[in-house]
Amino acid sequence: MQETTTTRLNAFIDPSLHIWHYEVPVYLFLGGLVAGLMVIAGLWMLRAPDSPRSRALSLMPWAAPVLISVGMLFLWLDLENPFNAFRFYFTFELTSPMSWGSWILLGVYPASILLAWASTPADMRDRWLVRLARVPGVDRLDAWVSGHVPLLASLNVVLGAALGVYTGVLLGTMAARPLWNSAILGPLFLVSGLSTGAAFMMLYRLERREKELLSRVDMGLISVELLLLALWMIGLAAGGAASRAGLHTIMGGPYTAAFWTLVVALGLLTPLIGEWIEHQHSVVPARLTAALVLIGGLALRWIIVYAGQHSGWVTDLASR
Amino acid sequence: MSAVSYGMVVDTRTCVACAACVIACKTENDVAEGFSRDWIFTATSGSFPNLEMEIRSERCNHCEDAPCVSVCPTGASHYGPGGTVQVTESKCTGCKACIAACPYDARFIDPRTGAIDKCTFCVHRVENGTPTTACQEVCPTKSIYFGDLNDPESEVSRLLRTRQAYALLPDAGTRPKHFFLK
Amino acid sequence: MKRRQFIRVGSYGAAGAAVAGGLTTDWYGRYANPIADPGTDGDRVVPSFCELCFWKCGILAHVKDGRVTKIKGNPKDPLSNGQLCPRGAGGTGLLYDPDRLQKPMVRRDKRGAQVFEEVSWDDALGVVAENFERIKAEHGAGALALFSHGYGGSWMKHLFKAYGSPNIAAPSYAQCRGPREVGFDLTFGSGVGSPENTDIRNARCLVLIGSHLGENMHNTQVQDFADAIRNGADIITVDPRHSVAASKSRWWLPIKPGTDTALLLAWMNVIIGEGLHDRDYVEQYAYGFEQLSEHVKAFTPEWAYPRTGIEPDVIRRTARAMGAARPATLVHPGRHVTWYGDDTQRSRAIAILNALLGSWGRKGGFFIPSQVSIPPYEYPGYLPHDDQAADRPAPSDYPLADQVLAQGVCDATVPGVVGDSRIKAWMVYGSNLPTTLPDPENTYKAIQELDFLVTVDVLPAEIVGWSDVVLPEATYLERCDELFAPWWREPYVAVRQEVVPPMYDSKPGWWIARELGKRIGLPEFFPWKDSEEYAKTRLEAAGLDCDVMRADGVILGEPAPLYFEEGALPEFYTDSGKIELYSPKLAALGFDPMPTYDHSALEEPPEGYYRLLFGRAPVHTFGRTTNNRLLSEVYRENEVWVNRDVARRWGLEDGERVYLQNQDGKRSSFSAPVKVTGRIRPDAVYVVHGYGRRAPKLRFVHGKGIDDNELITRYKVDPIMGGTGMNVNFVTFLRADDLEVAS
Repeated sequence: MQETTTTRLNAFIDPSLHIWHYEVPVYLFLGGLVAGLMVIAGLWMLRAPDSPRSRALSLMPWAAPVLISVGMLFLWLDLENPFNAFRFYFTFELTSPMSWGSWILLGVYPASILLAWASTPADMRDRWLVRLARVPGVDRLDAWVSGHVPLLASLNVVLGAALGVYTGVLLGTMAARPLWNSAILGPLFLVSGLSTGAAFMMLYRLERREKELLSRVDMGLISVELLLLALWMIGLAAGGAASRAGLHTIMGGPYTAAFWTLVVALGLLTPLIGEWIEHQHSVVPARLTAALVLIGGLALRWIIVYAGQHSGWVTDLASR
Repeated sequence: MSAVSYGMVVDTRTCVACAACVIACKTENDVAEGFSRDWIFTATSGSFPNLEMEIRSERCNHCEDAPCVSVCPTGASHYGPGGTVQVTESKCTGCKACIAACPYDARFIDPRTGAIDKCTFCVHRVENGTPTTACQEVCPTKSIYFGDLNDPESEVSRLLRTRQAYALLPDAGTRPKHFFLK
Repeated sequence: MKRRQFIRVGSYGAAGAAVAGGLTTDWYGRYANPIADPGTDGDRVVPSFCELCFWKCGILAHVKDGRVTKIKGNPKDPLSNGQLCPRGAGGTGLLYDPDRLQKPMVRRDKRGAQVFEEVSWDDALGVVAENFERIKAEHGAGALALFSHGYGGSWMKHLFKAYGSPNIAAPSYAQCRGPREVGFDLTFGSGVGSPENTDIRNARCLVLIGSHLGENMHNTQVQDFADAIRNGADIITVDPRHSVAASKSRWWLPIKPGTDTALLLAWMNVIIGEGLHDRDYVEQYAYGFEQLSEHVKAFTPEWAYPRTGIEPDVIRRTARAMGAARPATLVHPGRHVTWYGDDTQRSRAIAILNALLGSWGRKGGFFIPSQVSIPPYEYPGYLPHDDQAADRPAPSDYPLADQVLAQGVCDATVPGVVGDSRIKAWMVYGSNLPTTLPDPENTYKAIQELDFLVTVDVLPAEIVGWSDVVLPEATYLERCDELFAPWWREPYVAVRQEVVPPMYDSKPGWWIARELGKRIGLPEFFPWKDSEEYAKTRLEAAGLDCDVMRADGVILGEPAPLYFEEGALPEFYTDSGKIELYSPKLAALGFDPMPTYDHSALEEPPEGYYRLLFGRAPVHTFGRTTNNRLLSEVYRENEVWVNRDVARRWGLEDGERVYLQNQDGKRSSFSAPVKVTGRIRPDAVYVVHGYGRRAPKLRFVHGKGIDDNELITRYKVDPIMGGTGMNVNFVTFLRADDLEVAS
């Protein structure tokens, strides 16, 4: 029997860590979604650069810079010293995934904007070129873009993948928070991001075959995501006492119900089954399935961020 | 490496949990209201009447392999004089990744500045002619020792050689430089 | 590759490398990390001594830009030795407490309604003087009483003595240390005083009877306690609670509350029976050994076991450890010892045990203190007064009390409690009587009977709200006080001097006393310009350098031998001139000449009730500091310590809030969380004293936790010296959820 007392009053730590609130999961969700958009758009333009695309699909890449801006706003709001944010760009810290992320986000802007420009239907581009005629260098830039689409697409794939994976690596390399401490978190966030990206695209008025392609891709992504989740949880269960205690937050602990209903049942299994049915019966993939994937993606990140803060070394181990 | 490596040793046998170290640190370092850079931890085991109590004065462990330093995106969290872990307020954005990364829960945000605050091993005193930390100076039971772990003749080195000692959460792999005498 | 391309690629590469290199190397050293300095070192450092408690440790107060930033220990001071307890370090929390009294106030509604008007000092002092003079004229100076606690009270005591009142009471006597002073005085011819002459640092065996050193933070005693631990001393703690001291002990004896004397007698039985006492010492210095040996024969460990709950084997082994370490065995006299009403006899037993082990005047026991002698200020003689203090029903009551009994003075204010109420006016200096005297309802009743009540205080404690006139005193950091020259192992003189000028409209005690004195016809007793001049006159008369005093805060005296073996004189100021193991004085007064133990006098708690015990937290000086925001951060409100098995039976969970209700049906005003713990006996509960405050202007601590004093409606009075035993109340639990839903 052990009784412990502490005089520490740290609103950020006691009774358990709560430093990151809704801003972080919202950013993670949007960042993952944008990563998915960039990768999918990039791959699409690499593999089928000349095949006809619906207008919605052509304009889809513009969502990336917009959504990432919204995401970064939330991120900026989470900072306790937001007006020091420029300090991220005074240095590159090799060991800090957050430093990688700040530079990746910087690169995401030109990459995604230029690809979106390249993807925009020619008639719209021409209209805008006229409007922007007075801006110096626009024509030269447009010419360059047109000549380097494969390069831009590859860049988007690479940056998108980096964007999708770094947040998982950031959380995953924190040994102090056992629930997060897993190498699988990076790939998990990436695959989840790709899935939410695809789902986001399916919300719009795409052509049927485009939707069917995305739906098939998404099924694959969700299946991989389920596998990664399972591997993640197995890894924690087979880890030390701290890892097991971390896993307990979603297996019997306070976040169990939320995780299994919102993330697994509603966010993964239901849309997977839905997409499978749609695929089997050649039905147009419904927006509902896509929406569930998005909800599941947000829920996954929300629960992981909150439950992870609930797991720790000191509090859990001291009471054993 | 013959450079100075500051470390701290707390004698749990003589520490009486009075918290003078907490109050002295607060006034010396102008710590924000509602927060403390060091704290008293007690653990009682056994059941009445066979009881044992462990008492510790805890703070940042100034780890040799500090996860808070490696995770900091702006370089605000860095290794300072004597291998202590310090935070440069002007570089801190308040992203709190270091709070999450610290297995000892030793860091917090100073609400007045939005930057990270934590024990500094009083380097402003130690590197300026007063070789004691504020907590060490005030402690009425003289339970707190501070000095150069790389100097075999320093008090801290001697104590670690001659008494049974432990550090917290050694499996976290951070190589803490804060030790407790049994 | 063309040359132009090469140059282009090359220059981009070089630039990129420069940027990347800079980014990862702090821009080649130009992005350095400065050492942050919190800037709390003072531009002035003023030595003084502390008053967060009454130990008076020497401090160094740092002042920067007119603000006290931090307080450190004065390394030259023989009490603090440069170290401080948490309270001393947190003195700025008192200085800058936003709830401090700021201006003199006069009551404008009925007493207790707490409606005041802020007035000038002139007006306030005028009201006080008018009332004092009127009451003295009608009833005599014996109708005025002073309650005082704190070093600054010396000026008020001087005022009252000059005025001719004998009723100068300090609750620290009969509500705290009194019984042990009398018990030791009867045995050795002197008390232990404060700071106690206990040689803890050299003890090879330290016995603590209820003393919770470590939670009781008298600085030097705790410093010495740590030294004793480091020296490998055998520590024996006798306490119903597993205190911090118990956790450092070789033996923890979880004694049944109220039975300590039985244990002490059993120890005497073993020590004498097995010849473990210091024979030469006893033969040379003690009187009454034969009577004592005969007397303790019956008090065997087997006799003590069913009464105390301590096994005979443990009693013997601890007695042998005590004997083996003699004469460096210190049975600590404790400090607050008013427990069960038999406290003088229990302190006698402790004194006798020390005498048997030969520790008085020996290294590791009690050293012989010395003092720097400073001539008193030359005043005209105080008015003689024939009146006895009005603190006891008959002059023959509590015959050995050598100080005025505070509870008695309070009782003498209420008609019918002690004949006619003779006290008409109180001045209360720095002593919050409703949380100090037991049976606070009686205290409030007494207050209502008063013609006049004036308080001098720093914070708006309960007593202040009930006053007619409130005089705001400056804190210890804002005033110069009486010189401090204690009896100690190193004789010295210390000065308290003004660190920063008084804030708001507060005034130092010497000024209040003088201004009042001038208005009540006593100007000749305050001839000095200010307390600094007073102190200088005395220091110069003693041949001491005032500039050194001002700069260092402390002047050391000539050290004198501490122990008999080093040449200290073995003088015992008893009637017989010897250590009185048998006390003819007690016998003559009709009391037991040697302590006995009557188990039938010990009350058992009713079913479902637990004995209420109280004590200290290291960051607090009972109710004096609980409003200090800096200190209370560490301990926000008190908790009720409940034994784990008891909690299980009641279904109480750790942290669940309860109210306490005592055997007389008195319920605590507020609730506190339960601390479920193995660290207390199942027949008792424990709280830290000083919380649960009703004073609404103490905004930080108001309503936080439980006030144990509210529940001390019964107390047992020690017939020898009038000490009020307060550990005689029993409480039961009322779940806050149940109560608050019902209301």
